[in-house]
Formats: sequence, structure tokens, C-alpha cells
Amino acid sequence: MKKINISILAFGFLFFYSFNMHSQDLLSGGKVTGNVNVDAQVYSEDSKLGITDSTLNYKKFGMNGFTNVLYSNGNFNAGLRFEGYLNPMRGFDSRFEGAGIPYWFASYKLGTLEMTAGHFYEQFGSGLVLRSWEEWTLGYDNNIFGFNAKFEPIKGIMIKGLAGVQRYFWEPYETNSRGIIRGADGDFYLNDIFKSMSESKTKITLGGSFVSRYEQPVPKSFTRDSVYTTIEHGDTVNWIKKTTYEFNLPYNVGSWAARLNLASGGFNLYAEYAEKSNDPNATNNYIYKKGQALYSTISYSTKGFGLSLSTKWIDNMSFKSKMNEAGNPPMLDINYLPAISKEHGYSLASMYPYATKPNGEAGFKGEVIYTIPKKSLIGGEYGTTISLNYSQANSLKKERISPNIPEDSTGTNGYHTSFFSIGDLPHYRDFNLLIERKFSSKVKAKIAYYKQTYNLHVIEDDIFDDEEIVQADIAVLDLTYKFSSKHSLRFEGQGLWTKEDEGNWTTLTLEYNVSPAWFFSVMDEWNYGNPENDMKIHYYNLSFGYTQKSNRISIRYGRQRDGLLCVGGVCRYVPASTGLTITLTSTF
Amino acid sequence: MPVKVLILNFKIMKNILFTFFLAALFIQVFAQEKNMDYGNVPSVDIKTMEGKTFNTSGISNDGKPVIITFWATWCKPCLKEHEAINEVYEEWVEETGVKLYAVSIDNARSSKSVMPLVNGKGWTFDVLLDENGDFKRALNVNIPPHTFIADGNGKIVWQHVGYLEGDEGEYVEIVKKILKGEKFD
Repeated sequence: MKKINISILAFGFLFFYSFNMHSQDLLSGGKVTGNVNVDAQVYSEDSKLGITDSTLNYKKFGMNGFTNVLYSNGNFNAGLRFEGYLNPMRGFDSRFEGAGIPYWFASYKLGTLEMTAGHFYEQFGSGLVLRSWEEWTLGYDNNIFGFNAKFEPIKGIMIKGLAGVQRYFWEPYETNSRGIIRGADGDFYLNDIFKSMSESKTKITLGGSFVSRYEQPVPKSFTRDSVYTTIEHGDTVNWIKKTTYEFNLPYNVGSWAARLNLASGGFNLYAEYAEKSNDPNATNNYIYKKGQALYSTISYSTKGFGLSLSTKWIDNMSFKSKMNEAGNPPMLDINYLPAISKEHGYSLASMYPYATKPNGEAGFKGEVIYTIPKKSLIGGEYGTTISLNYSQANSLKKERISPNIPEDSTGTNGYHTSFFSIGDLPHYRDFNLLIERKFSSKVKAKIAYYKQTYNLHVIEDDIFDDEEIVQADIAVLDLTYKFSSKHSLRFEGQGLWTKEDEGNWTTLTLEYNVSPAWFFSVMDEWNYGNPENDMKIHYYNLSFGYTQKSNRISIRYGRQRDGLLCVGGVCRYVPASTGLTITLTSTF
Repeated sequence: MPVKVLILNFKIMKNILFTFFLAALFIQVFAQEKNMDYGNVPSVDIKTMEGKTFNTSGISNDGKPVIITFWATWCKPCLKEHEAINEVYEEWVEETGVKLYAVSIDNARSSKSVMPLVNGKGWTFDVLLDENGDFKRALNVNIPPHTFIADGNGKIVWQHVGYLEGDEGEYVEIVKKILKGEKFD
């Protein structure tokens, strides 16, 4: 008996060690990392907001969560993301309901060649012809499922190639259920390629991309009325002739882009031009016009001063991997058309945000940042920073292709427009000024003013007129008081004044922070100027958070106003809700 | 009696072996004498502000610790964090030799505003552009700000999510402990 016990122990001892050493040989350098993010909401009925169990569809609990697990060992990487929407939180499409693994990949790097199989994210240039990306808060994910290769044949040249199909909620790809995309991109950093330029202070990068989509078209027809007149027995008679046309839809749609980046000292110039061949689709009302886009920025900066000017001109550039796909949430986008306006952090300043209109817009942005030096008369002991920003987006100047055919008519070339034309209809304007100053080691202040023009019809309803334009003035005061190196109190007061839409708002926030772990805040957003008395609602919120290194838990109770949540010019509508929200995030 | 001695020996041996076994297990599993190890800085191609491709495995500092922060021009706490660090950064470098890489996850919409902002605010640390979030994904960052500290060998040993006023004090403490070879949480 005892002998056996000893031998078991001895065996266990040896086995433990040998296994341990063996596994270290096998997996030496291998590492598993990952993260978790869970948002859970318990919804309450709220008579003020008109929320009842039946408007909630009896879904009193919403939870969106994901976990990423990555394994890396030398040149080998593999990973997956598990997602669950049980049920999807309010504001997320019900087609997300369920759980599964929408993203997994394996990649290997040998020398300067890197291959990925599975799902991947990729961007060519600034994304005008191809960008696959994800943004959890928006529920946005257009990852590509297929192959992706990157190769650097000589230093300074980077070639990329890919082929695949895109994610569509939980629906797996089936033959002809959506298009297949193929793309190639080259990036040439001239200072590395040409020896004569290696010492040059001017750094030049050129690039070019080509992307195409194959999709077997679904037969489609449309009817057009034409009016003609005859004279019968001396009377004029008007006739309407209905003609049905069959679409001749393209199987392959190509797009290409060329770009330049030039940096010299504090100067930087970036320009990218893109074109897309005829692509009748649900977004452009099935017109056959080609698409065009230009995105450029020039900037100059030196210590204490920064200036940048950007222009964007896009015409008929919606490019999806399924021609019949349109609307919200945006799915199957192949390209990315950035909005030109500045993204604001304060809640009332981002109440009227801008989202790109892919069918056509002409935009401009100018930005200046200046820091008045420390210990100067105006700059004060710690310096003062002033930021000025202006952006605008207008319609394009469009003309009919023929006097009898209305603009955007299905099955035609749609309209005429000349390159870089600017139309009269404003989509968006935003002027803003931000002044930041530290008064002492304890007191910091920021004040901001915004003047925004928001064409609600264009931005929210795709109605291209000027009948519903919101003019808003917004002011913010943000004060931080530091009691000690770890304790601080922050006060934020905001006001929004407008005669349109929901009228005036004010927001007050108090936040108490204890570094590096605790966070408490109370906030009230009050729509005191709402034209309807019943809707002068207080959107109050109480929240607290606890951080332990890369773990964070936060709990919030209160009302959330409805509105657009935007990241990078892509927006999601968030309906009003009342309840408790718990967010758990962790990286390991 | 030889048999008894043998049995006794077995008993002792068994106890000794058992103790060893437990001790070995304990050392392997619980007694992590070393600091956390989140792996080496992953190798991902991102860009410098001049538009040049930069592989993140090149993030290094001559054998001294490196701080990597993830931020964006639209992220209020991130700007706060960098403003606070900027005020003490020169001191940090002098005292510890640490180097900070601020990785912007601004996409094409605002990535061209990063350089004017960084210079306009007079920040002196290295800034990199991760336009499509590739580096962010490789390091499992959920939301900015998220800060990592790597030791002199490029191994990530500490990370922190979010920014509260005063957090930067902890960063430099960790850096000092790494330099002294001390253990930290």
C-alpha cells in the first residue's frame, strides 16, 4: 500500500515537472491575452418618457457583451471574439440578438510577408475605397472574412491584397447572399526607396488602391411614366404612357484611389482622390452615375501653434458589398467617408452631430490651436491654450440630365455635377472656440462656445430642403479643483439655446475623483425650454465607478435622453430610457 | 528490525516528497515573485505623424521603461491625462529616463488634426497614429484612455484603464520600481 502511495507521489512529482518543462518547450514565448466588456441595462417604466412594459416589448433587461482572446507566439497569432446580445440593449437592431463568434483569425509572419486567414480589419489610405473596422459602442462591425496578405518586397514598399465577404449580423455567407470583395493597395515611402532622398527633410509617401465587388444581380425592373398629348376631335388629350424597363446591373463594380503624403518640418500635406464605376444601389436610388471623392488636408505646426485646413468633396460614393442594402444600422460598407466636422466631448455640444451624406456633400474645415507661453502677461503662470475650429458641409450643385427627367431618377445617370461644385443647401455648420487655462496648481478651467447650424431634414430624414434647420448656441464651463494629488472635484455647466427642435437645455455635472480608483458623479440634463410643458424633463443620472488597474466597473442610474451617438461620422440612434446600467470592462 | 526501519523510512520519504510536491505546486501557482507579464509589445504596422509605416515592435528606449498611452483628439480624459503628463514629463525623463509613446486612435476623420494638436499644445512625447485600431486590438484596449508600462526588455508589466486626476503619479512610481527591480501590484 505504502509503496504504491510513494510511487504515485514520486510519479506525480516527476510528471508535474516533466509536463511543466515539456509545455514550456512547446509553448515557449506563447502568450494568451484578452479583454472583456459587458454592458447590462435594467429598464424601468417611465410615464414621463412614455416608456411602458409594452413599449419595451417586455424586454426589461438588455445586455451587450464581448470577450476577445488572443494567442501570440513569435510570428504566429490567433484570436477570436465572442459576442452576446441577450437581449440587445435599446437602440441596437434586434437582428443582433443571440450569441456567437463573429470574428476569429490566424496569422503568420515569415520575413516581410504576413498572411491572415479568417476575419480581419483593414484600411487602404484614408478609407475612401476600403475600410473594415469595428466600433463596439455603435454596434458597427464590417469585418472581412477571407484572406489578407501584406508584403514588403523592399524597404519602403508595402503591398497589401485581400479577398473576402463581410459580416452581416449573424447571417453566414451563402452563395449570392452578398457580394465578394477583392482589393489591392500599394504604399511607397520614397525616402526609403531612393537613396538620394534618404537624408532629405521632405518625406514623401505615395499610394494607390484598387477594390472591386462581385455580386450576382437580382433581376430588377422599374416603371417610368411619360406624358404625351394628342388632339382628338379638336380637344387636347393628355396621355400617360407607362413603360417598364429591366435594369442592366453590373456584376463587377470597381473603385480606385490615389494618394500623396508630403511632410517637411512642420508642414504636412495629405490628398487622396477616389473614383467608383457605375454602381446602381439602394442608397443612390439606383442611378448609373460614377462616384468621385477628394479628401485633403494641409497643416502647419510648430511648438505652441498648430493650423490645419481640410476639404472634402464626395459624390455618389456609397459602396456596399450588397447593392440592395441601405438604411440603419449601416452594414456591409466597403469604404469609409469621414465626416469633416470636429467630434465634441461635451454632451450638449454633441447633441446635433454631423454624419456624412454619401450621395453628395462638399465640406471644409479650418482649425487653429495656439498656446500662449507660460509665465507671460496673458498666458499666466501655466500658459493658456486657445483652440478655434470651423467646419461646414453643403450639398453639391446638381443639374438635371435632361429637362424632363427629375434629379436622381432611377435607371438614369441621375444628375450632372462638376467636380468640386458647391451647392446652396447647408447641411451643417459648426464654429467653436475653446480656451483652457490653469490658474494654480489646484485650479484648472475650460470655457467653450459653439455655434451650430444643423439641417435636421437632411441629416436625420434624408429630405433635401431647408425647412427644418436648427440654429443652436452652446456654452460650457468646466472647472477642476484639486484638493490633493489624489482628490479632485470637477464641475461642468453647459447651456444650449435654440428656438427650434426641443428648445433650450442646461446640464450640470459634479464629479468627485479619488485617484487611481474611485469616481462618483451626479448629473442633470434639463430640457427647460421644450415647447411642450410635459416634456420639460430632467434627465438625471447618478453614477459611480471603481478602477483596479485594467479592471473597471461602473454603475449608473437615471434617465438617458434620446439622441444620436456618433463615432467618426457614423451614428447610431439611442432611444430614451430609464434604468440601471452596469458596465464591466477588463483587459488581461 | 529492518522491516520497521524500512517502513519508517518510507514514511519519512513520503512526507518529504509530499512537502516538496506541495512546495513546488505553491511556487508554480501562487508565489509569483515576479511582476505581471502581459507579454511583449506586439508587432503591428502603424504610422508616424510623417506618414511613414512604423512597426510597434520598434517601441523601445535603450533598455529603460516605456509608457504607452492610447488616446484620441475627441477623448476628454485622454487630453487631461496628456496635459498632466506634459507638465511633469521633463522631470520624469531627467529622473528615470522613461519614454512615452502616445498612440492616437483617431481615424481618418481626425487623424490629420493630431499633429497640429500635439504641437499646438506643446507636447514633447512621441506620437504614433493607429488609424484603424490595429495596435489597439493587439493590446486588447476597450476604450481610451488606456495606459501600459513596459520594462526595459519590452515586456508589458503594468496597465491601467481610464484616467482620473492625479493618476500620472502612479505611472512614475511604477517606472521607478521597475528601475529598482522592486515588485509592485
